[in-house]
Amino acid sequence: MTELVTPSRPQRPEFRNINAFKDLPHYRLPLAGMVSILHRISGALMFLLLPFIIWLFDVSVSSEISFARFTALFNLGAGPLPGWFFKLVAWALIWSYLHHLTAGVRHLWMDINHAVSNEFGRRSAIVTLAVSLVLTAAFGAKLFGLY
Amino acid sequence: MSVNFGSKRIVVGAHYGLRDWLSQRITAALMVLFTLLVLAQVLFTHGPIGYATWAGIFAAQWMKVLTFTIIIALAWHAWVGMRDIWMDYIKPVWLRLSLQVFTIVWLVGCAGWAVQVLWRL
Repeated sequence: MTELVTPSRPQRPEFRNINAFKDLPHYRLPLAGMVSILHRISGALMFLLLPFIIWLFDVSVSSEISFARFTALFNLGAGPLPGWFFKLVAWALIWSYLHHLTAGVRHLWMDINHAVSNEFGRRSAIVTLAVSLVLTAAFGAKLFGLY
Repeated sequence: MSVNFGSKRIVVGAHYGLRDWLSQRITAALMVLFTLLVLAQVLFTHGPIGYATWAGIFAAQWMKVLTFTIIIALAWHAWVGMRDIWMDYIKPVWLRLSLQVFTIVWLVGCAGWAVQVLWRL
């Protein structure tokens, strides 16, 4: 019998069933994984807020009077909720749309070019995050009246 | 007529996956083009955008027809995506089915509302 000489290695953590509370807080996701899960989260957020989006479309195009209500929502608020709250919600939706769109274009690009490699995944993930965050900042600055 | 028996029988499913995958991408591409179209009209407006300019974008009949197709594309796209999420995370069949039914009701309802807003204009 020959003994296999293996250098002793530190025990690596093993993830079989990922527990949302025990594992996820210190689960190190690569950047491409971040883009992917944010793609899902942004999509789900827009799905849940779809009635709010259509309501905004409704009041913004229906008439002069409803258009005034549309602008008042963001300037004066509605009920107990102040205007900046609705601006924040709108900003979250703007981010969702921009991230979802950029990550989606990345997907299409990968489908067309068969661009499947770790390196491309990482670099395109950085580009995706950079583009969506810069655009979100630009739209947010406009929304909150910085320019 | 394609042969689907004997040694030629297709045993790898009904290719529903490919249909969903492709429709999600085509609807996505349509929505990107529509976004650029609306964005261009907003950006190339001089001065502040009031009601007349904004509603004017959606006033033409061709734009209404186009927006209508985009509403359908969005509902279809969101259905494929939400179904993926439920299939990945929700394991009890009764709960998954309930959430899928809710998704369809939600999307069809929203699409109906959006269409009404569009053609009331």
